[in-house]
Amino acid sequence: MMRPGTEAELAEIVRDATGPLRIVGGGTRSVGPTGGEAVSTAGLSGVRLYEPGALTLVVGAGTSLGEVETVLAGEGQALAFEPSDMRGLLATTGDSTIGGVIAANASGPRRIQAGAARDFALGVRFVDGAGEIIKNGGRVMKNVTGYDLVKLMCGSWGTLGVLTEISLKVLPAPKSRACVLVYGLSVGDAVEVMSRALGSPYEVTGAAHAPVGVDGHPVTMLRVEGFEAQVAYRAAEIAKLAGDGAVIESDPDKVAAGWAWVRDVGALQGGAGDIWRISVKPSDAATVVEAIGAEAVMLDWGGGLIWARMAEGTDLRARMHVPGHATRVRGGGDVPAFHPQNAGVAKIEAGLRARFDPRGILNPGLMA
Amino acid sequence: MEMPKPDDMILNRKDAIVAALQEVLPSDAVIHDAFETKAYECDGLTAYRCPPLAAVLPASTEEVAAVLKVCHRMGVPVVPRGSGTSLAGGALPTEDSVILGVARMNDVIETNYADRYIRVQTGRTNLSVTGAVEEDGFFYAPDPSSQLACAIAGNIAMNSGGAHCLKYGVTTNNLMGVTMVTMDGEVIEIGRAHLDAGGLDLLGVICGSEGQLGVVTEATLRILPKPEGARPVLMAFNSNEVAGECVSDIIKSGILPVAIEFMDRPCIEACEAFAKAGYPMCEALLIVEVEGSEMEIDAQLAQIMDIAARNDPVEMREAKDADEAGRIWLGRKSAFGAMGQINDYMCLDGTIPVSALPEVLRRIKQMSAEYGLDVANVFHAGDGNMHPLILFDANKPGDLELCEAFGADILRLCVEVGGCLTGEHGVGVEKRDLMSDQFDPADLEAQMRVKDVFDPAWLLNPAKVFPLAASRDRRHA
Repeated sequence: MMRPGTEAELAEIVRDATGPLRIVGGGTRSVGPTGGEAVSTAGLSGVRLYEPGALTLVVGAGTSLGEVETVLAGEGQALAFEPSDMRGLLATTGDSTIGGVIAANASGPRRIQAGAARDFALGVRFVDGAGEIIKNGGRVMKNVTGYDLVKLMCGSWGTLGVLTEISLKVLPAPKSRACVLVYGLSVGDAVEVMSRALGSPYEVTGAAHAPVGVDGHPVTMLRVEGFEAQVAYRAAEIAKLAGDGAVIESDPDKVAAGWAWVRDVGALQGGAGDIWRISVKPSDAATVVEAIGAEAVMLDWGGGLIWARMAEGTDLRARMHVPGHATRVRGGGDVPAFHPQNAGVAKIEAGLRARFDPRGILNPGLMA
Repeated sequence: MEMPKPDDMILNRKDAIVAALQEVLPSDAVIHDAFETKAYECDGLTAYRCPPLAAVLPASTEEVAAVLKVCHRMGVPVVPRGSGTSLAGGALPTEDSVILGVARMNDVIETNYADRYIRVQTGRTNLSVTGAVEEDGFFYAPDPSSQLACAIAGNIAMNSGGAHCLKYGVTTNNLMGVTMVTMDGEVIEIGRAHLDAGGLDLLGVICGSEGQLGVVTEATLRILPKPEGARPVLMAFNSNEVAGECVSDIIKSGILPVAIEFMDRPCIEACEAFAKAGYPMCEALLIVEVEGSEMEIDAQLAQIMDIAARNDPVEMREAKDADEAGRIWLGRKSAFGAMGQINDYMCLDGTIPVSALPEVLRRIKQMSAEYGLDVANVFHAGDGNMHPLILFDANKPGDLELCEAFGADILRLCVEVGGCLTGEHGVGVEKRDLMSDQFDPADLEAQMRVKDVFDPAWLLNPAKVFPLAASRDRRHA
C-alpha cells in the first residue's frame, strides 16, 4: 500500500498512476467492490488549526476520528453529526479517519436535528484524478464564494478526488442528555410517535426504533440534550407527547450506551446476510419495512433511515416502491452497492466524473 | 465594472427570438418593448443597469423548459431572476440576454408536517414559505433580511443565509430536493422528501451556483417546529476587542445562541439618530438572542450575562418581555435604513474567523481614513459574517469608484486573515474579479468544470462569478 506523507507526494502518485487506485482512509466503512493499487491517506494527518471560540477545526484527512474527538472533547466540543463506528456492523478493523467520514458523508442519529457530515464541512483540499491540488470553501461558517465543491466531495467516496485536508464546523458537546423510551410499538405507531416528538419545539436530537431491542422487545427511543434543567423539562414534555407507558432514562452512561448502540447499528451486528441502508421519508418507513421482508431492521432519523439485514443477494430496491434510495453497505452480488440514479442525474454525474477523474482511476466503478 | 460586449448577431435577431419565445409562452409572458424591459435592467446592485433583450415570465416547469430550449437552440444567454433583490448583481442582464423571471410560479405544492417539509414553486417569497406553515407551529429557518421580497429561487441560487444561521444553518442546510431545468431544456429531479439525496451531492453544488447551472422551478424545503419563545440581551462595551472577546467566550462556554449581532460606534450613532431605540453610546454593542421556554431563556441569558460581566461591559439590558425585545432589535433592524438616510452606501459581506475581528476592525478604520470614506460595521458576529457599510456620494464624480476600491481592499483583507469574499450575498458581478484573490487558477478551473457539465455552451448567467478573463475562452467557445 502506498502511503504518501504529504499532499504533494499524493499528487505525484496520482499523476504518475498508470492504473486504478483504491483510496483508503481507515478502511472501517468501505462499501462496494474496489480494485486497484491501494493509496492510504493515513500519512496526511494532524490537527492544523483549532479555534474553540470560532467553532472551527482544520485537520489532515488522515487524522483518526478518535484523535479528532479527543481534541474536541478537551474543549467540551464535539462533531455534532455523530459519525458512526462501523467496525461492528461491517466486521472491519483499524481506525476510522476523518477523511473517510467526510468521503462517506457518515452521519449518525443527530443528523435529524443538527445536520449531516456535509453540513459541517466548511472547506476541503483534495487531489483530483489528474493529480491537480484543489481547494474549495474555507474555514469560516458562512461562505458562498464560488461553487460549493465541499459538498460535492462529501459523499463522493473518493471517486472525484482524494481529500487531503478538511475544515469542520464543530459545536459544544451537550452537557446533559436523557432518553424517553416507549416499549412495544409497531413500526407504524413508532414512526407516528417519533414524528410527533420531532414536530414539537423540544429539539429532539435522536429518534430511533428497533422492533427487536436489546432485551428482545420493540423499543422506541427519543433523545433530548442540553443543560441539566433543560433536559429534565424537555424529557418530561416529550414523555407526555409520547403517551402512556413512556419512561424517562436519565442515567448518563445508559443514555450514551443506548445511542451508541443506535449509531453503530447494534441491532443488526453479527449474523450472515447483506446489510442495506435505506433513506425514505419517515411516513413511508412502515410500508417499506413491510415490503422488503428483511431478517432484521432498525429505524433511525425518525424513520427516515432504515437499516435492514436481507438474505444474501436480495435486490432490495426492487421491493421498495417509494421515492428514496438504498445502499448495500455489506455483502456482494450482481446488484450495485449504490442506488442507480435517474437518467438526468446519471448523465450529470458521469459528466462530473469525466472532468474530475478523466482517466477513471479513482475508486473506479464504486459509485457508478 | 466590465461586462462582455453584447453579441450583434443576437441583437440583430431580436424579432426572431421574441417570436420564438411567443410561440411557447402566452403573449403576456414575453416582455420585449424597450420601455417595459427597463423594469429588469438591474437588481439590488443598482449602480449597474442594462435592459435585457427581452424578459419572460413562465408559469410552470414546462414553460421554463420550453423557454430554455428556444434560447439554447438560438444561442441566446439567459439570466435567471428571482425577485431581483441580489446585492451582488446576480440578476444583472446584458443587452443580448433574456431575463427568465420565476415570479409567476409561487404556489405551495405540498405541505407535510409529519415528515416536516414543504414543497413550493420557487418564485414564492421566503417569508411566505413560513407564512404557509406558521399557523401550524412551523417555520422555514433561513431568514435573509430581504425575506419579505426575495424568492426561494434566488435563495437557492445564492445559498442565502440570515441572522439565525449560527443555529439553523443557511439555505443549503435546509434544502431537500429540487426540480431543475438545465439550459438544454431537460427537466431533472434531485432528492425529494428523504434526507440526503443519493449519489453525488448535486443539491449541494446547485445551491449557491448563482443561476449558472440550471433554473430551479420547485423545491422541497425542511420546515422546523417554532421554538417556544426567544429573547435577546443587549450588551455595551468600550472597545471592539473586548466585545469580540466576549463573543468568543460565549461560544466557548457551550451556549449556542440563535443570533449574535455586533454593531460598532458609527453604526450605533446612525441607528440612534434614525430609530431612537435608546441604545447606550459606546464603542461596540452586542445583541445576543436565545430560544426556548421561559425557564430555558432565563437560564441561558443569565449565563451569557455572567460571561459578559467578566468582560467589563458598560451596560447590559435583558429583555424581560416581547416589548423590550422589540426595542432591543429596533435599532439593529433599522441599521440599513439609518445608513441610507445619511448617504449612499455599499454593503459588503466578507466573512472572517471570529478571532480576527479586532484586527480587521482596526485595519478597516485605518483604510477609512486613507480613503476618506466613512464605514459603519454591523454584522453576524457568531459566524464572522461582516457587513461593513461604506458611505459615499453617488452624485460626486469618482466617489463610487473610490468606494469600490475601498470595498475591494476590505474583501482582500478578509481573505488575508483566513476568511472569504462573501458570506451570504454571492459573487455575482460585484466580486467576480476578486475571485482570483481567494482562489488559484486550478481552484477556479475546478469550479468552471462543473459549469461545463451542466451548461456546456455557457449560456446561463455566463458573465458572473468567475473573472471575465478566466471564463473568456469558455464563453466564446
